[in-house]
Amino acid sequence: MTRPLGWIAGVALVALPFVYTAAYPLHILIIILIWSFAYTSWSMMGRFGLVSLGHGGFMGVGAYVTALLWNHQAVTPWIGIPIALLAAALLAVLVAYPCFRFRIIGHYFALVTLALSGIVLQVITATRDQTGGSLGYTPERYQGASSLYALQFGTKTTWYLIALAIWGAGICVWYRVDRSMLRYALEAISEDEDGAAAAGVHVTAEKLKITVLSAMMTALAGALYCQYQMFISPDTVSGISISLQMVFAVVVGGIYVSLGPTVGAVITILLAEVLRISFGTRAVGWDNLVYGVLLVLFIVFLPKGILGSLLDVWRRSRGRAALST
Amino acid sequence: MATLDIYLLEALINGVLLGGVLALLSLGLNLIFGVIDVVWICYAELIMLGMYAMYFLYVVYHVPIGVAAVICIVAVGVLGVLLHLLVIAPLLGAAPINQLLATGGVLFFLQSAATVLFGIEFKNLGLRLPVLKLSEMFISYSRLLAFAAALVGMVLVYLLLTRTYTGTAIRAIAQDRQIMTLMGVDSRRIYVITSALGGGLAGLAACLLVLQYDVHPFVGLSFGPITFLICVLGGLGNFVGGFAAAFVFAEIIALGGLYLDLEWGYVFAFVFFIVMMFARPEGLMARRS
Repeated sequence: MTRPLGWIAGVALVALPFVYTAAYPLHILIIILIWSFAYTSWSMMGRFGLVSLGHGGFMGVGAYVTALLWNHQAVTPWIGIPIALLAAALLAVLVAYPCFRFRIIGHYFALVTLALSGIVLQVITATRDQTGGSLGYTPERYQGASSLYALQFGTKTTWYLIALAIWGAGICVWYRVDRSMLRYALEAISEDEDGAAAAGVHVTAEKLKITVLSAMMTALAGALYCQYQMFISPDTVSGISISLQMVFAVVVGGIYVSLGPTVGAVITILLAEVLRISFGTRAVGWDNLVYGVLLVLFIVFLPKGILGSLLDVWRRSRGRAALST
Repeated sequence: MATLDIYLLEALINGVLLGGVLALLSLGLNLIFGVIDVVWICYAELIMLGMYAMYFLYVVYHVPIGVAAVICIVAVGVLGVLLHLLVIAPLLGAAPINQLLATGGVLFFLQSAATVLFGIEFKNLGLRLPVLKLSEMFISYSRLLAFAAALVGMVLVYLLLTRTYTGTAIRAIAQDRQIMTLMGVDSRRIYVITSALGGGLAGLAACLLVLQYDVHPFVGLSFGPITFLICVLGGLGNFVGGFAAAFVFAEIIALGGLYLDLEWGYVFAFVFFIVMMFARPEGLMARRS
């Protein structure tokens, strides 16, 4: 039953920008898709208890490496983005390998990765001659408004389709991992590392795989954000508050379900936009105020998130229906 | 050559004094860490609220500064208790990472509550303490004060923990939280006392920081992360280790700032932290077991 429903939803999503072309809602949708992809990337490892507060760092690497290569070396994003992804992967290995090797887990792991996002933020700020520091950075426009070579497009429709494709790919990767041995290994590890190791799971290698995958996807989200917005600053793509924002959105949406991070992105971005439109500048701070309260309430009362809890209720009622027939 | 040395000496001394401030910041967090085994990610935001309390009491309501400081310390202590009762207590049985994330929510909440209530303007006491001039070096008097207060605070906490019955109970809980309840210690009461103490120390830090820095809703982000790293580097709940780590960090930042840039000082400090986590995951002063 869910399969044709999925196809219909997919077709509707692809057809949307051709039917509905208003610029502002499309912009919001693109932003939602890009962040959904970033949050999904985070949840890839977050769902196995590997809570990283360093993903702001990976996102920053993705965005800044791509933009810097383009501006300073005239390297097309087609090559720049893979280099950025490799850089993020390298950074992930550099920090995560010793972490896993020396069994730094739980909130120690969170704090080490917190230091990582601090490092990336400070490096961007410190190299202000190259990166523009905290004032932000803009990739240079290439000739006309749109260019495939420079990955710069003038129309929102193109960006919508690109963001949709990448988001869809992210969900596919999520399902691939969900159905792989990697998932079982990582679930065993998150339950009991010693037990998993005794059962023949290579703990360090499995954890490293998912971390590198997650870091590269996050870097891709950063590069995508940079190419779309054509403006990046340490506060919007890097640093500790972005890392916390990722964790928060995923927890609210639902950390253990594929579309949970997407639901989280929809809720948080719409909340911020609605408050901004209806209250204007008086709303400064209110969105985070609501976020903060929600986050605490969710962790205390609904640790599975909105979508996760809804699915639970749905499954339970279906189970009851199946029993009664 | 002589001038260079005097700059170096000045940087070193300022590093020591910065270390005092950082040590004071990490003291309360370390206590909470060690006893309740919870990371208050929003610790720096409690300090931020304390700084606002000082600002409003002293500048707006013209309360004498000594009285304002006492009110501030008590108020932040009460905030600490509220944080514990409302957020931490329901989550004591949950995974540690959930507690960390919940206090992350409190961080968002406090930051934006401050933005909504007080606006994003930078505020300060308008109080300038004199700068000490030692031969060619300039040493900030307010940093000296913070340094002294950190030392006094640490001695007081040490005495409290080792010389009183409650202190003994706190240390015992930190060692084994299951068995202590069987020994007739009310662990909930100890947790509340510890939270009040941790909050009070945050209040003390706020009183001293507000003398040096302007207060704005995001001021916590500028020294929050470094405080956590110091606590972890020192070994969670290890006060002496935390103190040593604060000075090591401060010297790295001061020297990095002298030779390159303040940001590079922070980068070196963070890199040093990550390297040390691998070399000595239990903290700088951990006993080898």
